[in-house]
Amino acid sequence: MNLITVSGSPHLHGDQSVKKIMWGVVIAMLPAFFVSVWYFGIPALLTILVAIVTCLVAEYLMKRYILHEDASLSDGSAVITGMLLAFNVPSSLPWWQTMLGAIFAIGVAKIAFGGLGKNLFNPALVGRVFLLVSFPVNMTNWPVPTPNHWVLVDAVSGPTALGSLKESLAKGEMIDKISATLPSYQNMFMGQIGGSLGEVSAIAILLGGIYLLYRRIITWHIPVSYLLTVFAFTGIMYLVDPTHYIDPVFHILAGGLMLGAFFMATDMVTSPMTYKGMLVFGFGCGVLTVLIRLWGVYPEGVSFAILIMNATVPLINKGFKPKKFGEVRNG
Amino acid sequence: MKTFKIGGVHPNENKASANQPIEVVPVSKIVFIPVSQHLGNPAKPQVEKGDIVKTGQLIAKGDGFISANVHSSVSGKVLKVEEVIDYCGIRRQSIVIETTEDVWEESIDKSAQIITECTLTSEAIIEKINENGIVGLGGATFPSYVKYKIPEGKKPEFLIINGVECEPYLTADHRLMLEKSREIMVGITILMKGLKVNKAMIGIENNKPDAIAKLSSLTSEFPGITVHALKVKYPQGAEKQLIKALVNREVPSGKLPMEVGCVVQNVGTAFAVYEAIQKNKPLFERVVTVSGKLLSKPSNLLARVGTPITDLIEMAGGIPEDTGKIIIGGPMMGRAASIIEAPITKATSGILVMTTKESKRITPVSCIRCGKCITVCPMGLEPYLLAKLSEAQMWEEAEDDRIMDCMECGSCQFTCPSARPLVDYMRVGKNKVGQIIRNRKN
Repeated sequence: MNLITVSGSPHLHGDQSVKKIMWGVVIAMLPAFFVSVWYFGIPALLTILVAIVTCLVAEYLMKRYILHEDASLSDGSAVITGMLLAFNVPSSLPWWQTMLGAIFAIGVAKIAFGGLGKNLFNPALVGRVFLLVSFPVNMTNWPVPTPNHWVLVDAVSGPTALGSLKESLAKGEMIDKISATLPSYQNMFMGQIGGSLGEVSAIAILLGGIYLLYRRIITWHIPVSYLLTVFAFTGIMYLVDPTHYIDPVFHILAGGLMLGAFFMATDMVTSPMTYKGMLVFGFGCGVLTVLIRLWGVYPEGVSFAILIMNATVPLINKGFKPKKFGEVRNG
Repeated sequence: MKTFKIGGVHPNENKASANQPIEVVPVSKIVFIPVSQHLGNPAKPQVEKGDIVKTGQLIAKGDGFISANVHSSVSGKVLKVEEVIDYCGIRRQSIVIETTEDVWEESIDKSAQIITECTLTSEAIIEKINENGIVGLGGATFPSYVKYKIPEGKKPEFLIINGVECEPYLTADHRLMLEKSREIMVGITILMKGLKVNKAMIGIENNKPDAIAKLSSLTSEFPGITVHALKVKYPQGAEKQLIKALVNREVPSGKLPMEVGCVVQNVGTAFAVYEAIQKNKPLFERVVTVSGKLLSKPSNLLARVGTPITDLIEMAGGIPEDTGKIIIGGPMMGRAASIIEAPITKATSGILVMTTKESKRITPVSCIRCGKCITVCPMGLEPYLLAKLSEAQMWEEAEDDRIMDCMECGSCQFTCPSARPLVDYMRVGKNKVGQIIRNRKN
């Protein structure tokens, strides 16, 4: 026998690791990835690749030369950032703009805060908002999805469901008339609608979300409270005035809500630590999303809602502590 | 099925020795008996170099209220009374005895006959528990008789018997429950009498159905005792968690189980009480699980206190080639031994031999704020935060966030995907905060 090791307890470690969690998230994003490539073709694939590669290179260089740390990329977090960023842009976005967004996401939202685990805001969303304010035209030009459409350039473009709704409402049209021009729920569920790469198909995101829940990478608290809040809030508005407010099912399926609720609001680093806090966080995201969608300038409010709620996370963590053992008086 | 409500983890059980009957370890040539094998003051040695002692003879006397007597586990000649380094590398005053033929004190009843009747009064029982050096055998080694000195204004309602054995690998209590069932039941009845309660509950994790069945089958003969199967979840065997599971009461922060009318005792202790009261046998031997993936013969061994750890490993097949770490106790809360020739004590419930690979810690990475440590903490604490406060030496904040409630069960560190050394920080923090609290009182 050689020398023996001496260390403090516990002497066992479970099978969880950051690496496993991050690659688990990547696996969960695969259904949405395939759907986006199916509908948007080669440009979608290229956008995703450019985003991932840029994130990896940016993370490597900045970790090495700015943070002076071990520049290992194996934790997979940069892949997630790249993929999520690509999921949040239209497939027609010029490649160099995607690159800029990726560099901004990694550099400003992640490395500037000290790297993985220390960032306050979701890097992919920061990258997306950066692109939205920098290149508003390119970021709101949505290619029309065409199944199995393998050409390099997106030809036709059109608005998103939320965009056309907002536009029509602004013109003073009534919901019953607008509804006819909107995509069917079936198409919204399957993904045959205009929109960012990864957000179009509710079913693909749901599949990924179920996988995340099954692997216990996320818990139900944030997605459920987020979606329920949106459903309840828009439902109340619909009941109050169905001529000006569309039904809640539309709001659940449209835009980036599903993607946001399952993949971005649940980001461990930028969401609260306790179940109670998560419920509050999801509620806040829901309220803000609806406020922006119904009364804001932008048709979509998911990114802003989550980013604003990210900023409240330290406060939520302080205010919503776990119930400590022995705190309640025994009756 | 009953269990505690918040937190908990599920490490692999690895109870390889569960079907191995208890074997007796031959008496070693030389034994080292520390005078401090319990919580509280070390006992005062009553023998000198050259004295001849018998097995079961008092060799060190408990010093003060929280202390315990120590008896010789062998018969032979006292070689010396001096400091011997224990398995952690700490010097402890010990009585070193060279053994001769095993002669027991005449008062001890060595027969196998089970004596059910006990006519002693409550006070006499407690005094006898004290005399025989009985301490909690679950791991904390708190002198048992102290638990029966009920403070003014408190009234015990339940005696809770801990047969949970939630640590992976360990099977000593399991075997004891199977092989000494009746003795344990008598021991519990005696403890109930000592405590003046008429209800006792035995909690056993559901991965020991044979032990549950065996003890349940005896409950008709022993009124007042009930057996409860508990969900397999670590740390089910922690005192506060066990009380929560069985009687649904929470012991308040910093308080003892008596606060909610409970006294908790390990099954091993109940057996030791049986032997002390009915057989006049002091506590000088115990069952120790010797286990590990590499061992050729994982075993449950009845060993005399003071026997070198290496002798027990030898009985279980010898120290394997690829040994990386030897743990005294369970893998979740046990301590790694640095001196493996050191003796076992009343506290030694297990000896685990880990492979080189199992022995190395995973390199920690940044906290990703996943909150899993909070989810699994059975005390409802925020381990990530307490570790951070401890790292930043923010002791007041750590105290406010209840660092002293941490029992170092290790669930947080076990779960942490970033493999952060959370419990290390907890220990440092508890140490410092404990000092601050003591200074404030003085």
